Amino acid sequence: MSLRKPAKDQPESFEFNASSLEAANNIVEKYPKGKQQSAVMALLYIAQRQNNNWIPLAAMKYIAKFLDMPYIKVYEVATFYTMYNLSPVGKYFVQVCTTTPCMIRGANKLVEACKEKISENECELSSDKSCSWMEVECLGACVTAPMMQINDDYYEDLDKEKTSEILDKILNGETPKPGSYRGRINNEPENNRKTLTDLKNA
Amino acid sequence: MLKLKVNDIDVEVEEGLTVLQACEKAGFEIPRFCYHEKLSIAGNCRMCLVEMEKSPKPIASCAMPAAEGMNIKTNTSLVDKARKGVMEFLLANHPLDCPVCDQGGECDLQDQSMFYGVDKSRFKENKRAVPEKNMGPLIKTQMTRCIHCTRCVRFATEVAGVPELGAIGRGEDMQITTYLEQSMQSELSANVVDLCPVGALTSKPYVFEARPWELKKTETIDVMDAIGSNIRVDTYDWEVKRVLPIINEDINEEWISDKTRYACDGLLHQRLDTPYIKYNGKFEKASWQEVYKIIKSKLENTSKEKVCGFVGDLTNMETSYIFKEFFDRTVETDNYESRSDNRYVNISKRENYLFNSSINGIEDADLIILLGANPRYEATILNARIRKSYLNNSTRIVSLNDCGDLTYPYESLDGQTKTIKEIIDDTHKLSKEIESAKKPMIIIGESLLRLENAQYLFDNLKDFLNKKNKFSEDWNPLNVLSCDAATVGNFDLGVLNNKTNLIEDLKSNKFEIVFLIGQDNLNFVKKNEFVIYQGSHGDKGAECADIILPGSAYTEQDGFYTNLEGKIQKAFKASYPPGDAKEDWKIINELAEFMNNRKLFNDKEELDSSMLNYLKLQSEKQTEQNNNNSNSDFNNENLEIEIKDYYFSNVVAKSSKTMIECNNAKMNLKSTGTEG
Amino acid sequence: MLKDQDRIFQNLYNDKGSDVAASKSRGDWVNTKEITEKGRDWIINEIKESQLRGRGGAGFPTGLKWSFAPKEVGSRPHYLVINGDESEPGTCKDRDILRFEPHKLIEGCLIASYAVQAHVCYIYIRGEYFVDGQKLQAAIDEAYEKKLLGKNAAGTGWDLDIYIHYGAGAYICGEETALLESLEGKKGQPRLKPPFPALIGLYGCPTIINNVETIAVVPTILRRGAKWFASLGREKNTGTKIFCISGNVNNPCNVEEEMSIPLKELIEVHAGGVIGGWDNLQAVIPGGSSMPLIPKDRCETLKMDFDACVEEKSGLGTAGIVVINKDQDIIKCMARIARFYKHESCGQCTPCREGSGWMWRMLERMAKGDATKDEVDMLGDVTTQIAGHTICAFGEGSSWPVQGLLRHFKKEIQERNNLDPIVQKKNNIPYLVDQHLLDKKNA
Repeated sequence: MSLRKPAKDQPESFEFNASSLEAANNIVEKYPKGKQQSAVMALLYIAQRQNNNWIPLAAMKYIAKFLDMPYIKVYEVATFYTMYNLSPVGKYFVQVCTTTPCMIRGANKLVEACKEKISENECELSSDKSCSWMEVECLGACVTAPMMQINDDYYEDLDKEKTSEILDKILNGETPKPGSYRGRINNEPENNRKTLTDLKNA
Repeated sequence: MLKLKVNDIDVEVEEGLTVLQACEKAGFEIPRFCYHEKLSIAGNCRMCLVEMEKSPKPIASCAMPAAEGMNIKTNTSLVDKARKGVMEFLLANHPLDCPVCDQGGECDLQDQSMFYGVDKSRFKENKRAVPEKNMGPLIKTQMTRCIHCTRCVRFATEVAGVPELGAIGRGEDMQITTYLEQSMQSELSANVVDLCPVGALTSKPYVFEARPWELKKTETIDVMDAIGSNIRVDTYDWEVKRVLPIINEDINEEWISDKTRYACDGLLHQRLDTPYIKYNGKFEKASWQEVYKIIKSKLENTSKEKVCGFVGDLTNMETSYIFKEFFDRTVETDNYESRSDNRYVNISKRENYLFNSSINGIEDADLIILLGANPRYEATILNARIRKSYLNNSTRIVSLNDCGDLTYPYESLDGQTKTIKEIIDDTHKLSKEIESAKKPMIIIGESLLRLENAQYLFDNLKDFLNKKNKFSEDWNPLNVLSCDAATVGNFDLGVLNNKTNLIEDLKSNKFEIVFLIGQDNLNFVKKNEFVIYQGSHGDKGAECADIILPGSAYTEQDGFYTNLEGKIQKAFKASYPPGDAKEDWKIINELAEFMNNRKLFNDKEELDSSMLNYLKLQSEKQTEQNNNNSNSDFNNENLEIEIKDYYFSNVVAKSSKTMIECNNAKMNLKSTGTEG
Repeated sequence: MLKDQDRIFQNLYNDKGSDVAASKSRGDWVNTKEITEKGRDWIINEIKESQLRGRGGAGFPTGLKWSFAPKEVGSRPHYLVINGDESEPGTCKDRDILRFEPHKLIEGCLIASYAVQAHVCYIYIRGEYFVDGQKLQAAIDEAYEKKLLGKNAAGTGWDLDIYIHYGAGAYICGEETALLESLEGKKGQPRLKPPFPALIGLYGCPTIINNVETIAVVPTILRRGAKWFASLGREKNTGTKIFCISGNVNNPCNVEEEMSIPLKELIEVHAGGVIGGWDNLQAVIPGGSSMPLIPKDRCETLKMDFDACVEEKSGLGTAGIVVINKDQDIIKCMARIARFYKHESCGQCTPCREGSGWMWRMLERMAKGDATKDEVDMLGDVTTQIAGHTICAFGEGSSWPVQGLLRHFKKEIQERNNLDPIVQKKNNIPYLVDQHLLDKKNA
């Protein structure tokens, strides 16, 4: 990863819409008086959600004013955490985990599928600009590896074929069902459950 | 006191000190990059690792508080290995471009790599390159050299109070930058150049000018404001190449303002290097003898009441004193004045024009009230102290006027003098606050003293503070914030005339001969006056002169200056005046000799001792003379703070190209706005 | 194998639902009031006696940690912060607690908050677990509704508010002080210690930080008694633990088991064995990516607990077991882990910022066979120059896996990388000779 730079084309201005504003005010409430800076991470999420999955500079500035903190501090936070997208990523943002536990279960096949279906390079919008993909570090679903995340949802127990199916769906504008794609229930040992069996059968 | 052992040497240190400070006390120097005494502790460079008994890992001595019974080792192989390791990491991605780096010769990384560096690099990967950042006209960046110590970030946030610098990104891609690469909006910004331990932030005006070992270093005093910052002037032959701060904990700590640092290129431009005489509206070069002769005949043919003299804002005390002597003894008139406006001052007691609480006292104050002062622009370093006081003690600060961003929060009042009257009359809420404050500070700016009711306000404020018993052995709440380096010295020397209003007389053209010495701020329309201008720069004063006597700037002659607190300090000669120009005191002395065949003083020593003796006598006869004007009628006035354009407040700054660039950068930012 | 009734997380696979009613049927929230009525000292003491050690990786005794909180609440309020920034590769246990056993966590928060006198508790969840966080939020909302939280929570007389704070993709925020920085709305860069968070933590106030799993087991320990918990596992390594078994096994899974269970049993019984059979095993990372790997021969007998793993120069960490079989290129696996650490280094302090990228680049070359002989030892040097010299434990975390690789697979690396060094060591080089020229001659 090199330093993520803000997109070249930036909107002139940004403002929270009514629902974002309400959500933002609710979040600021969670923190003690005078510590409203704590809300910056959540507010960046709200801005990202409102602005089609990415955060323009104007939003950082807006949030800085909203929370009465220096712009540079918001900018620091936005560039430090990798989940803030500083340039457009499309409606569907596909993140493929390629860290060792996923890698040894074939995460590279998922990457191949992404390259075929979405775009040759990561962080590059698909031809219809609806989605992009990138390799990310461990997403914390190692037991159901290999896996990927599309927007908020996890898609687990994948292989190349299933990944391609999922990607086809999102390219058609559908939202596929999240979860395991081998039909297993959560993180239980597939077909080999030796614990909590009476509960299961009860 | 805590007792601990460093390399088996017992040391005692105060509570609250760090292991690093304890080691220094024991006489062991600890290498460091990120640690700086005046900044918060970051502990991120890891160079200061030492071994501590019972700790399996080496500890960062800069961050570890010293504790009773610690046993510290700084010279073991574990420590050496750790430091060498850190040094290798620091150098891994460092470009090692010392031959083309301005920091070379005074670079912490270079120096410490002599002790902890190895002779060749094991790092075979590609080195990281970091794009340069625009940080305005003063700071040149070469961010590939950055070792991420974050001193600059901490300085901007903590001391300067402009949180505009930050470290974006993370890991090895972390970069120091300003928000959207704008120049830093601070009058202290260039201090980051001194703080930067490597060549990442260097001085833009000084780029590739000289190597530190080629420069002659003179420790002296700054005259850009009335603070009297301690500085080191580095010269290469005649040229002043740069100005750096030197530590004086009582005055400027370790900082200087950008004007102090960068106005020095003004010393190279617009200089008066030979005497001039104006013939038919045009200046022609002349010799000293010629100009002396003309002045002599003019003075001899004019009645002495028609002669007056004005002293400027950068003039050192010797010059002021000999000028006063010249008028008293040679011209035999007391028509001399150091003020350039009708500012009220009662010099019968020193405390009436000093910053009595002292600069250090600001840190003890619990209430600061600004009346007609904008310390950010009038006394930048002092403003940094107010900020420090605010940071350390959350000091309450009130200003009569809204001064914009002062780098700390303050309550602003309505800007009307009737509010001051309410305070004096004990009817304002601040009156109670002053009464209950242990160490209140009232800071009176020159803008207030220029008001018509200045005397009423000043005298009654003082009475009010007296009534509330705010004056004590160790605290004087009354502070006058002078703006110019020469102001307090001139008041001490009595270079002013309270009997007649010379400024008004000058404006109504009552004089025939006007002698200006470094005085460029008088707004008068010249009619038939014969104007003699003595000074270093060709500015307003020289423009209207009939005769120009080329003098010296503050770096070119020894001279005393008294700062706003009343501290007398000596400035030393770092360079010499250009061309035929002479030291100012010498010119007056020679002129006096030319006129009376007798020098005023045989040499500089005699002048100095006479002046110091005069100051001593003055300080002994301090009695308040009340002009009984205090009970006159009061009329409300709207107090407006007049600040001279910060970057052009005196002739040196006005001649400086760097200051023009700073001003442009500021204007630019204002006009385009900061909208991202 | 642990008996089912001794398993704390009965709903680990979400057989029964996670709402209050279902949780109550599993014993949660049943007698919270009686527990708190026994007093702070009793709770802390009971936790101490249970020998519960933190489940977040470092294994610090939980009861001891709680006892560091100031006894009296001064002018600064106390905070409880729950660390749910589960980002260690190989670990996905907290996610299941958040989504399937939220009430164990919430009740644990109430009891722990009572014990350390906190009225506000923040649960820090990694941003990627947004959906799981929402499930927890729903559980919190239900708890408020049923008066299990808020004023006089669950009738205990203790007021408690719980808020969720989402991270945004930074592994380092799992470090407790970095987490606090992140909670305060700053970059997640670890703080210098001392001062420790128990005295100066969130917003400068006393703060106790615990892992999700640690807090979630607290109510059960207090219900069933410290003796019961201490009877499981062995001395100082007591109780049960959720193990995440991932990698080259037939049935990767999360399973709650007794401490000190043999690694082989976990893999063979619960995870359905190594793909290709036990003999196809190459190495195991026992506790999340920052723990050094353990080669096959040691895996035969290894017992999975804190102290036994340390004896093998590794650690239990988060108990995220990554099984690597012989079909994998071990150097590549470790290079990928090094890349992870390079990506996640916060950049604050020198050794980790500069060293993590260096290690990764060297390992990448070594995986391809592009390194010279001398670089293998140099890599070892670099790891020791990082470990122990950084502000936080990330320095160790990033260099231990590489050290583990060098310890057990040095031969493999050397075989693949036998290029001659460009700069050859030459003894007796006189001082003050231009070394650069000499190097060229030897090249």
